[in-house]
Amino acid sequence: MLSDLLFLTLFLAALTAAGLSLGPYMAGVFTGRIRYLAPVERLLLRAAGTDGAGQRWTGYAAGVLAFNAAGFLLLYLVLRLQGYLPFNPQGFGAMSADGAFNTAISFMTNTNWQSYGGETTLSHFSQMFGLTVQNFVSAATGIAVAVAVVRGLAARSTRDLGNFWVDLTRAVLYLLLPGAIILAVLLVWQGVPQTLVGSVTATPLEGGQQVIAQGPVASQAAIKMLGTNGGGFFNVNAAHPYENPTALSNLAQIFAILVIPAAFPFFYGRMVGDRRQGWAIFAAMAAMFVAVLLAAYFAERAGNPLYAGLTEPGTGMEGKEVRFGLAQTVLFEVATTVASCGAVNAMHDSLMALGGMIPLFNMLVGEVIFGGVGAGFYGMVLYVVLTVFLAGLMVGRTPEWLGKKIEAREMKLAALTLLVMPVGVLVLGAVSILTGNAAGAVQDAGPHGLTELIYAYTSGTANNGSAFAGFGANTVWHNSMIGLAMMIGRWGYIIPVLAIAGSLAAKPRAEATAGTFPTHGTAFTILLVATILIVGALTFLPVLALGPIAEHVSIAAGQSF
Amino acid sequence: MLTQLRPALTLLGAFSLMLGLAYPLAMTGFAQVLMPAQANGSLISRDGVIVGSSLIGQNFTRPEYLRSRPSAVDYDAAGSGGSNLGPSSAELLAQVRTRAAAFDRQPAPSDMATASASGLDPHISLASALAQVPRIAAARGLDEDRIRAAIRTATTGPAFGLVDGAMVNVLRANLALDAAGA
Repeated sequence: MLSDLLFLTLFLAALTAAGLSLGPYMAGVFTGRIRYLAPVERLLLRAAGTDGAGQRWTGYAAGVLAFNAAGFLLLYLVLRLQGYLPFNPQGFGAMSADGAFNTAISFMTNTNWQSYGGETTLSHFSQMFGLTVQNFVSAATGIAVAVAVVRGLAARSTRDLGNFWVDLTRAVLYLLLPGAIILAVLLVWQGVPQTLVGSVTATPLEGGQQVIAQGPVASQAAIKMLGTNGGGFFNVNAAHPYENPTALSNLAQIFAILVIPAAFPFFYGRMVGDRRQGWAIFAAMAAMFVAVLLAAYFAERAGNPLYAGLTEPGTGMEGKEVRFGLAQTVLFEVATTVASCGAVNAMHDSLMALGGMIPLFNMLVGEVIFGGVGAGFYGMVLYVVLTVFLAGLMVGRTPEWLGKKIEAREMKLAALTLLVMPVGVLVLGAVSILTGNAAGAVQDAGPHGLTELIYAYTSGTANNGSAFAGFGANTVWHNSMIGLAMMIGRWGYIIPVLAIAGSLAAKPRAEATAGTFPTHGTAFTILLVATILIVGALTFLPVLALGPIAEHVSIAAGQSF
Repeated sequence: MLTQLRPALTLLGAFSLMLGLAYPLAMTGFAQVLMPAQANGSLISRDGVIVGSSLIGQNFTRPEYLRSRPSAVDYDAAGSGGSNLGPSSAELLAQVRTRAAAFDRQPAPSDMATASASGLDPHISLASALAQVPRIAAARGLDEDRIRAAIRTATTGPAFGLVDGAMVNVLRANLALDAAGA
């Protein structure tokens, strides 16, 4: 156990160090000081016909929407027409209309929920030209939005949030592509295939034959982690020994998930010219990360009491891989759900009841514990607005953040985003149950069945993409409804947070006085965490009680379903 | 909105070519030239026949072979999958009971009574491998020490010398057993 905890501690220390170094690099990239790829950047932007002039929040948001719409349409067409397109060695036909709708939204919104099995459904062309592209650009979109929000916070009396096309291009060129190339090379070295062959047929030692699916796995696996996308090449994602073959590939993938999200607070601190601001947010994220990591570790460590006498005591291995024991499984599980990645190296459906509740919790608070690339930070911005407001109410002063007054307009917008998760999870989940679409899709009886359904809608709304995969989501109803949940979960945050940034950017920055509640320091960090827990998580306590908590209690009483 | 259309379409087109074709194809070329063994799936050949991949598990039922973990997809590597059954599942409990009873030692190690995440797990824990030594030795008419020596050639871990126990690559161990004779 001590060596496990040492491993987890070293990981967090390395992550902090990486975030600290990447933050200033990002500041250099997005202010245009770092420009070693300027010729490529200029070429792309000139072709796009944009002069790179600053946009108001409405222009910036319109750019995001137009780019998303175009990406959705292209991906939908690729998936529907893959039978006629090249790089299709296994001769796969078109994806169903509802499946392609769901998948296109899923990859456009950076969710990467998969209601299909990659190696049995998609051609190499769809994986590369369709999914890999959206893996990059949906991540770059999230980064761009967060960068614009940070600019809004740093600005004084202007309406300029920067230019979406410039930010998008820079995020791809300076962050995602170099990172993906490095990671892809490392993954191939560790054994991840990178070939255009569809499959190899082997003759096993006991005779017969074994068809082994292959493909350009490494190039896609690299960006799916770095962009917190999570859409796997194979059905079981990073649990597949070809997608994640070793302890080192596993560690590199976990690191890739969290490195950009962990750098964002430091980037923010630089941009607003006060590093303490960045540290306060990083500290809140890291504190919650440690808490959920330890909770998941101890929930999973003891093993399943129902199997006492049948199997040796210790961690249960159902849905886990031997090369990733307890520590490596739990770290992946937590990293992938605190960030909106959603790749898995174990089947979350088979985790212990409370072990499976932790990923659910991570998503329900809105993916702000580090969170998705960009998305985690702008999600946190909304909680900071709420925290500042609540703190202002408590001391009876006008709430201010970085010298900018938080007024009714910002509060209304922030409060609006609080409805996103409940609507996506509770309303759409309840509608599915009431219309009779839940019973046929859940695999397990008892409380676990409810958890499967809730997990699916939570994962969609939080743009995570991991699953309790026993849930049969590939139906017209769930493909459509989870598709809807993913859209609400993406634009339901992006549009209000850009509006808030636009309105804060226009405000003058007042100097701090003795009466200003500081948005740095331990007191603020604690208030921020408390706000996230009370405002974000408490809404879902009843449904967690009916699902994983009821299941935990049942198992403790020796009850199976 | 219309003014956003040209940059949206142009950049999507350019990124599709750059990230959807150039990037994966360049990585493929690079990997095929510099690391062909891994890039093509770490395949293992014996006497000129591809017998499998060192990364992909396969099913073993004969007594002279080390057994792999239970698999929800029966080691069909054209796909992949776990059982996805939850911790309170009665169906899973029944499966665990049957598998545990069929193993060489009771109570069984957890990895030998439960299905892996991928259904293609190439490893078992060292303890699970050592528990099978007497059966394999009897079936092959070999000394137990020779069986253990063969297993040792396929043993790795703990990860980073720090976490999780030692593990055995089942296909590699069984190839070593065949090479050891009988």
